[in-house]
Amino acid sequence: MRMRPESPTSSGEKKMAEDVKDESVATDSELLAADGSQNTAVEEEGGCTLLRRMEICVAEAEKRSGKNAVNMQETFTVYLIETRPMDAVAEGRNPAPDSLWRRYSEFELLRSYLIVTYPYIVVPPLPEKRAEFVWHKLSADNMDPDFVERRRVGLENFLIRVASHLVLSNDKILYHFLTEEHGWREVVYETGFQAKADSRLRALSATFRVRNTDKRFMDMKHYSDELQSHTSQLLRARARVADRLYGVFKVHGNYGRVFSEWSAIEKEMGDGLQSAGHHMDAYAASIDDILEEEEHYADQLKEYLFYAEALRAVCRKHELTQFELEMASQDLISKKHQREELATGIVRTFSFKGMTNKLFGQEAPEQREARLKLLEELITEGEDAVKEKTAECEEHVERAWVDMERFEEQKDKDLREALINYAVMQISMCKKGIQVWSNAKECFLKM
Amino acid sequence: MSGQTVPADFSGHMLDLDEDEDLEVFSKNTSLADGSPMPNSPSSMVNQYRLEEDEEEQQDANAKDIFVTVDNPESHVTAIETFIMYRVLTKTTRSEFDSSEYEVRRRYQDFLWLRSRLEENHPTLIVHPLPEKFVMKGMVERFNDDFIETRRRALHRFLNKISEHPILSCSQHFRVFLTAQELTSHKKQGPGFLSRMGETVRAVANSVRGLRSRPEEFTTMQEYVEDFSNKVCSVDKVTQRIIKEQREYLDEMRQYGPTYTQWAGSEEELAEPLKGVAGCVERCSKETEEQIHHLSEVLVPALHEYVLCAETLKAVMRRRDNIQAEFEAKNEALASRKVDQEALQEEVDALADRVELANNALKGDWSRWQSSMRTDLRSAFISTAEKNVEYYEKCLAVWESFLLSQRAEPSEQRDGEERLIPVMVGHHTSRHCDPNDQTYECLHNLHVHGQKFPLDSSSCCSSCCSSETLPLLWMENRMVAPSLMIVR
Repeated sequence: MRMRPESPTSSGEKKMAEDVKDESVATDSELLAADGSQNTAVEEEGGCTLLRRMEICVAEAEKRSGKNAVNMQETFTVYLIETRPMDAVAEGRNPAPDSLWRRYSEFELLRSYLIVTYPYIVVPPLPEKRAEFVWHKLSADNMDPDFVERRRVGLENFLIRVASHLVLSNDKILYHFLTEEHGWREVVYETGFQAKADSRLRALSATFRVRNTDKRFMDMKHYSDELQSHTSQLLRARARVADRLYGVFKVHGNYGRVFSEWSAIEKEMGDGLQSAGHHMDAYAASIDDILEEEEHYADQLKEYLFYAEALRAVCRKHELTQFELEMASQDLISKKHQREELATGIVRTFSFKGMTNKLFGQEAPEQREARLKLLEELITEGEDAVKEKTAECEEHVERAWVDMERFEEQKDKDLREALINYAVMQISMCKKGIQVWSNAKECFLKM
Repeated sequence: MSGQTVPADFSGHMLDLDEDEDLEVFSKNTSLADGSPMPNSPSSMVNQYRLEEDEEEQQDANAKDIFVTVDNPESHVTAIETFIMYRVLTKTTRSEFDSSEYEVRRRYQDFLWLRSRLEENHPTLIVHPLPEKFVMKGMVERFNDDFIETRRRALHRFLNKISEHPILSCSQHFRVFLTAQELTSHKKQGPGFLSRMGETVRAVANSVRGLRSRPEEFTTMQEYVEDFSNKVCSVDKVTQRIIKEQREYLDEMRQYGPTYTQWAGSEEELAEPLKGVAGCVERCSKETEEQIHHLSEVLVPALHEYVLCAETLKAVMRRRDNIQAEFEAKNEALASRKVDQEALQEEVDALADRVELANNALKGDWSRWQSSMRTDLRSAFISTAEKNVEYYEKCLAVWESFLLSQRAEPSEQRDGEERLIPVMVGHHTSRHCDPNDQTYECLHNLHVHGQKFPLDSSSCCSSCCSSETLPLLWMENRMVAPSLMIVR
């Protein structure tokens, strides 16, 4: 089975696959209507997503070598994305999947594009770039096969989440990513999304200077900080526990060795000791699988650790749009004041022009007329800007709130399942323990 | 020592403090075959028919006629020193004891005295070791409660081992130890310091000379003792290391649980399951603590005792060798014809006898000791394994109850499928369940393959659940609570 069923989306995906029969399926033509330029998301009724039409998986990972941007030789991993039309799958036909290879940096590019293009969506995160929260035995090496494997699962999870998102799944660039191996980077850059990206400085400035933010968004931002902090604390503590548990189990392996040696010098006790020793070896070895499985649980938590960042980004975008709106309004007001000033001669506020007028005398009426006319134009522009910004802000609030609620529901469901999975893993470990020690007891009885 | 019995007439030897007193006792012991009447209490007669008195299971209350306990440690302060006095209680039906109950107070030094007298009188018997004299490194105060309790238990075991020994328990010194209110006067009697020194010098001289020919069985024994000493020391070390690792694991667990609780503080829907997990981790931590405690109380003392025993055995082997060496030395002197033959001949004969008695004593006690060692260590290991099983069972129950609590949330999507089936899972293969039920998922490797299969299939997921990985846990839909109880 290519997809790990414990991946939180799998049950959701299965559910959607089941619903396929009930819902109307969007035709491919809708998707391909666009002429290659960027499209904006279309929210359809009935919520059809790409995943309904297409089965997606990240099947394999491979090492490649090549020259990088600075013409140096490097080794990297590529991942095989396979897609198959869903109706073929449903009908039981098993056509060969279409496939292409992508490396991690391309996934990153895709995600950057999505973040910029859909700033009101909590965009699913990618699996971590480097192994973090590593406990001692676990390698922090990016080339480590276990790490690569977990990353493969994470990338698949990412694609499934994106492809099942009502809004994101309709994106052309996404479709292209999944279907056309070559030239994809160029297409992405051509969308010019990088120019639309908000500068960090602007965003930061907005955070500090904005005045009237939507309380819900501020609460959500606060929540995202908490989510990030709590999950990272949990992950860190879990890694330490795993490390210790590993030590406990492995030391029991020494029993295996010593019992075996000891059994050689004993007559009656020998057999019992020897077989008990074998069980101790088995016990010591069992921890590897146990902790490997637990890494999947850690991955599920990590996903939401990274989701917190995405959530915060949406909140920040709100701050930014709101701030820009406030700036535009401010600007408009100040221009209107200037006009009033010019028109009536009443100086409301201190201004340089006002000072110079007083000092050097008023300007000529023609100049005043010209300036008034200019101001009127600017005011009209300003009014349009305010309208635009208001719309932008409101639209963002509306759409973002919808997605944040969706996210919250998804998060509650996924994490609850993850916790249950964790309990299941613990139960499995306990049962193994009961087994081993019961066996050991039998051996000791024979001593 | 099979067949050894309580000596016929003990009373005559009570005041005979000659070094050879117990050898006389040995030479009189032809008892069993001729069935000579024992003037001892009826219950002690049972002893003589006990061919193998090593298995603890065979010793029922009737066979044991002396019960000793060590308890009630109390601090005694004098001008010079502070020490602990332990209460030693004796209950016995043996006739050589004037009364049937005794209560005395003894300090560690007194135990040392007893043991050294026993070793002196029975140089090739295996006298159970005492707990160590000096404190373990790392302890600040000599008399902290744990140390005292550990020592008390070891002293208790020591006296019980002596009282179970067919020969040592008849020792006059043992009786004096148990009964005399004031031990100091008894301590002063016996071979003096100088004579003991002389013995040691002779022993060293003899060991330097080397043995002519050690009987093969004792060479084998010697090799075994070396190996045994190494192995039991290793097991002891491994066990200590396990305890250390467990303690560190426990410390981390105690930090880990609260991270769930803290997170719950900022969640709504998730708060309840998060707190649930936190609770589970906490309860499992408590179980871990208990398990560590058990290891320290049961396995560690047992192993430690036998580490000390190994040293005792080495000393016994050395003493036996010395006895033989002494004889060989005198024998050689005799052969050289340089000295007074007659007088020497007598001495050589006596020494030859001594060698034979020593060897027989050791041989007899050896199998007794081995049996006893087997019993003691076996039971310590079994107890440890049982405790570990119990530990995992308790943790299992903790996590299962969490799953139960999660299942209690009504799952709106699934209707009609939910039914809690009381399934009893035993750890020995059988599983009982309601035959009317439909399909189940094997919990074992749920996240690898969530396949469903009928309950009566004997192989659920042969890839992971072989018969070795029982008990299988059957659940209806992963979310539902599984078994309700675990049956032994």
